[in-house]
Amino acid sequence: MFGLDAKDTRFLLIVMFLTLATPVLLQPFPETSSLAQFNAGYPDLMQRFAIFGIFAIGFNILFGLTGYLSFGHAAFLGVGSYSVVWMYKLLDYNVLPGLILAVVVSGLFAVVIGFISLRRSGIYFSILTLAFAQMSYNLAYSVLTPITNGETGLQVYSNDPQVLLTEAGPHLPHLFGLVMSDATRVRLGDWVFTFNFGYYFTAIIAIIVFYISLRIFRSPFGMILRAIKSNRTRLDYAGINTKPYMLAAFVVSGMYAGLAGGLLAAMDPLAGAERMQWTASGEVVLMTILGGAGTLLGPVLGAAFIKYFENIFSKINEGVLHTWFGWLPDGLEDFIITIVHPFVGEGWHLTLGLLFVLVVVFLPGGMIEGLNRIAGLFNKKSEKSEEAQDSKSDARESQPAE
Amino acid sequence: MDAILLQILNGLDKGSAYALIALGLTLIFGTLGVVNFAHGALFMIGAFCAVTMQRLLGLSYQVIDETQKDFLGNPLTVNVSYMEGWFGPEIGQAIVDWSVPLAILLAIPVMALVGFAMERGLIKHFYRRPHAEQILVTFGLAIVLQEIIKHFFGANPIPAGAPDVFAGSFDFGALIGLGGGSIIYPYWRMVYFLFSVAVIGGVFAFLQYTTFGMVVRAGMADRDTVGHLGINIDRRFTIMFGLAAAVAGMAGVMYAPILSPNYHMGMDFLVLSFVVVVVGGMGSLPGAVLAGFLLGILQSFASMNEVKSIIPGIDQVIIYLVAIVILLARPRGLLGRAGVMEN
Amino acid sequence: MSDLKKGVSRRKVLKGGMAGILAAGVMPTIISKAYGYTNEPTGSTVTFGFNVPQTGPYAAEGLDELRAQELAVEHLNGIGDGGMLNTFSSKALGGNGVLGKEVTFVTGDTQTKSDAARAAAQSMIQKDGCVMINGGSSSGVAIAVQGLCQEAGIIFMAGLTHSNDTTGKDRKRNGFRHFFNGYMSGAALGPVLGEVYGNERRAYHLTADYTWGWTQEESMIASTEALGWETANKVLTPVGAGDFSSYITPVLQSGADTLILNHYGGDMVNSLTQAVQFGLRDRQVNGKNFEIIVPLYSELMAEGAGENIKGVYGSMNWNWQLQDEGTAAFTRSFGEKYGRPPSNSAHTCYVQTLLYADAVERAGTFDPCAVVEALEDFDFDGMGNGPVTYRGADHQCFKDVLVVKGAENPSNQYDTLEVVQVTPRAQVEYAPDHPMFGGPEASLGECNPGA
Repeated sequence: MFGLDAKDTRFLLIVMFLTLATPVLLQPFPETSSLAQFNAGYPDLMQRFAIFGIFAIGFNILFGLTGYLSFGHAAFLGVGSYSVVWMYKLLDYNVLPGLILAVVVSGLFAVVIGFISLRRSGIYFSILTLAFAQMSYNLAYSVLTPITNGETGLQVYSNDPQVLLTEAGPHLPHLFGLVMSDATRVRLGDWVFTFNFGYYFTAIIAIIVFYISLRIFRSPFGMILRAIKSNRTRLDYAGINTKPYMLAAFVVSGMYAGLAGGLLAAMDPLAGAERMQWTASGEVVLMTILGGAGTLLGPVLGAAFIKYFENIFSKINEGVLHTWFGWLPDGLEDFIITIVHPFVGEGWHLTLGLLFVLVVVFLPGGMIEGLNRIAGLFNKKSEKSEEAQDSKSDARESQPAE
Repeated sequence: MDAILLQILNGLDKGSAYALIALGLTLIFGTLGVVNFAHGALFMIGAFCAVTMQRLLGLSYQVIDETQKDFLGNPLTVNVSYMEGWFGPEIGQAIVDWSVPLAILLAIPVMALVGFAMERGLIKHFYRRPHAEQILVTFGLAIVLQEIIKHFFGANPIPAGAPDVFAGSFDFGALIGLGGGSIIYPYWRMVYFLFSVAVIGGVFAFLQYTTFGMVVRAGMADRDTVGHLGINIDRRFTIMFGLAAAVAGMAGVMYAPILSPNYHMGMDFLVLSFVVVVVGGMGSLPGAVLAGFLLGILQSFASMNEVKSIIPGIDQVIIYLVAIVILLARPRGLLGRAGVMEN
Repeated sequence: MSDLKKGVSRRKVLKGGMAGILAAGVMPTIISKAYGYTNEPTGSTVTFGFNVPQTGPYAAEGLDELRAQELAVEHLNGIGDGGMLNTFSSKALGGNGVLGKEVTFVTGDTQTKSDAARAAAQSMIQKDGCVMINGGSSSGVAIAVQGLCQEAGIIFMAGLTHSNDTTGKDRKRNGFRHFFNGYMSGAALGPVLGEVYGNERRAYHLTADYTWGWTQEESMIASTEALGWETANKVLTPVGAGDFSSYITPVLQSGADTLILNHYGGDMVNSLTQAVQFGLRDRQVNGKNFEIIVPLYSELMAEGAGENIKGVYGSMNWNWQLQDEGTAAFTRSFGEKYGRPPSNSAHTCYVQTLLYADAVERAGTFDPCAVVEALEDFDFDGMGNGPVTYRGADHQCFKDVLVVKGAENPSNQYDTLEVVQVTPRAQVEYAPDHPMFGGPEASLGECNPGA
């Protein structure tokens, strides 16, 4: 099906199921329980999972396959966001023109940056991409404020042209009248599930781009990209000009980033300059490596992991800890809270940093390898499942050549 | 003319900081082949050694003074430092006053220990791992280190002043006969520049003239062969890591009076110092130093009003712009060798 | 074959699960959208969202805001000594929560980034059901979160935000600012500077190169030029530059005798420290002592800059050393709980929380539109700033502004700033359509109850 073999089809179907069921799967704890803190099934976070998943999938096409580590992908993310908000300002709140523009403009940016940066390889390439992105960020934050609205972030003002906007039309981001923020809340016993149009919009796009990335991984094009990673010199000797392939990979992954940036603005009509900062570029690098570079699903896992920490762990404050450990005797309660407190709330960075270290020490190959090991435990009797084998070999291939 | 000279001076002290950090990064990269994203954090810890020293020397016992009131109207507790108690007010105060330079005595052992611990505990498992994983693990480590500092010292910058002798500025213009009042330059920045020149010179001399340094240089060039000769290169590399950490730490200590230490200052320096290292050429120590000073000075020039009025915002991007131009003109940076981190 | 088996077992599990749920007699129900407004509290509690920077350069300030917000919640719920509730001119709040509901709160980390701040705010709105969000430590974040709250239909009570834009061109019906702004700083500082430094000065501006810096610079130039000062030059500096030496040295050669640092946070600490190191304050220019001015002060910055702020003038929204009884009550209860005096960002967050609760109580509902009505043109007193009005036209509080300077002889570690003058409110007032505030085009828009 879909031009894939049986194994890949099954894999894609599983991914589709997981993505579409996310609003239920991420809401495992009943509203009334004190563990509801860990629920992540609210629209904004689910949208972020999908969007940063797209960002990471795209990044992985470049990094995972070719081993070229770009430190400047945030530039495309920012360009995508600005494109969408500009379309809001000029036309109306329909997200479609903006998203198309986002992909096109980020693609053009990627052609220019890629053409120049790909003249170098290794860390020289990384620094060139970093330099372009940091220049974009610094200029967007200050000198280019007329275009980007600088620190405040680009947003729609009532005196913007918005030539297509009608009085009746939604004054929020929408797709032909379907408003992104519309949600249906379903109560099932103590559980409340939120089904949000914006999430399903991003989720379906995520599935489509995941499918595209799957096809790229399995295509002759993907083979060449992998060959570039394992031995570029040999390709050169074989008379294959690798440049166009590299540039194509760079542009595709830049367009993914632009799409992700566009979707961020499609869910929330504001584009801030810090989306282009090196920390944002670094974040997608971390997501990809953490999840498992070169694997299909790893980067998405990494993205979800980091966004989950940023949004859930940062909100666990001392008060929440007291409700959790309130049943303990007073002295013990205070003791445990003193121990736990530095790791949550304002200390969420600490936990994240520790987990980076632990994952990379114990799971070379990233979180996907962890999953495979768990799967391996369950399948001890039979041989390890083919699927696990397959993604494991992906994981192994992911290791950039020295 | 004096404006240009002044900007060169400004560029020198900025450049000294870049050069010192880049030097350490290159040492670690060149010897161990590890991309150390925690290097900025080492610089930051160095700066906090200065703060710690200041606090240690300022340690005090409390005396309740009934004549004064605190903000709640209770009798004020006055602190009297032990240093003053032990050495008398005059010498005691002088010691406290000199806490930043004295902190170097604290920073060298502390940073060397931190370096050893990092290398033995974590980094050594990553020699054979891909650079991407080195980046992830050292970045994670950097976050952990900075959060630990935040936990103990808070998020606010903490002032750590230079000794009073060096607190003011002097008339550099008059000194070189350019007329008084034209070039005013703070003492401490001059101290910082001279200090960094001394440290850089020390490191080069160490590598050039000691047997140890010779082995390390040989190891940098061809690790395997040196290993085959029966030389325990690993132990030497551990020491090199400690040395690089100590260099970063000293750079941080002495920078504290210029930039009040805060827990995220390492991250601010990290990206710039990587640009410096790469512009200098991966694995080249002289390249790192050269690029550090070059970028520092160019940045100072770009900040001049005359330049900014021609190209607005140039001071925001100059470093990156120069990096792009240099990397396009010279594929391996200023002094880089072929084949290092190119694939 | 094994695949087939797995598929079956998965289906079995699902079936079993569904059967179990149905057997328990639970049917899925779609929660109707009969709400009048977003997150109408239905239980015995109401949730506030405190969105402050907990990581990044302003984490210390965020921590202090959080302390004050927790204190405010305690006071609303009748725990502790009641703080400013005892001195507040409106007596609607009785220490039994708000509208009889116990106040609970959730916290989030803005990271001082608009994106992260909006994500945290979204989670407060969508996940925790907050009716009000309070806090923050930069104007970019405040404007971003204010816009979000407007779209979502809840109330935003801004924390520390000093840019004219927050209640200027970016004003929103659902957003309120108690803190003062750049224009007010300029208007309050101007006359004092004229008095101390005379009317013939040449000022050199170093300005953080982003929106807040520009509005601050514009306001300071307007008020100093009104005194008769000349503006020698204005130079933009990159945010987070760290080393400002190459911007400071040209000051020496410009013939200026005053340096105005339109910087905040770490940038201000560094630029001031370095300006002092370059000996600016020891210089004589045009027969006058060279002076440095920092238009916006905070206690935490003062702490970071240490001795360098001695005698440097600036302005503040509030200071714990004021003598009125509201200030005394707040400082006492904050000091007893946390062992340190509150900062002015803590104060503004504390007051904002109480003001919101009071408006709800007076309106008799959490409906944001009713709360907006209750807050608009609301006059109050006893909150440490003298008589205050929440102006309906732009949701800016009008109150006295403090001119402060770095203490010459601090008696303790918190006594870093001393109040020079309390500038009366009349002197810092302006028309809602003032050109620095978006002109006649600026509008609050309609109130949005959401849902």
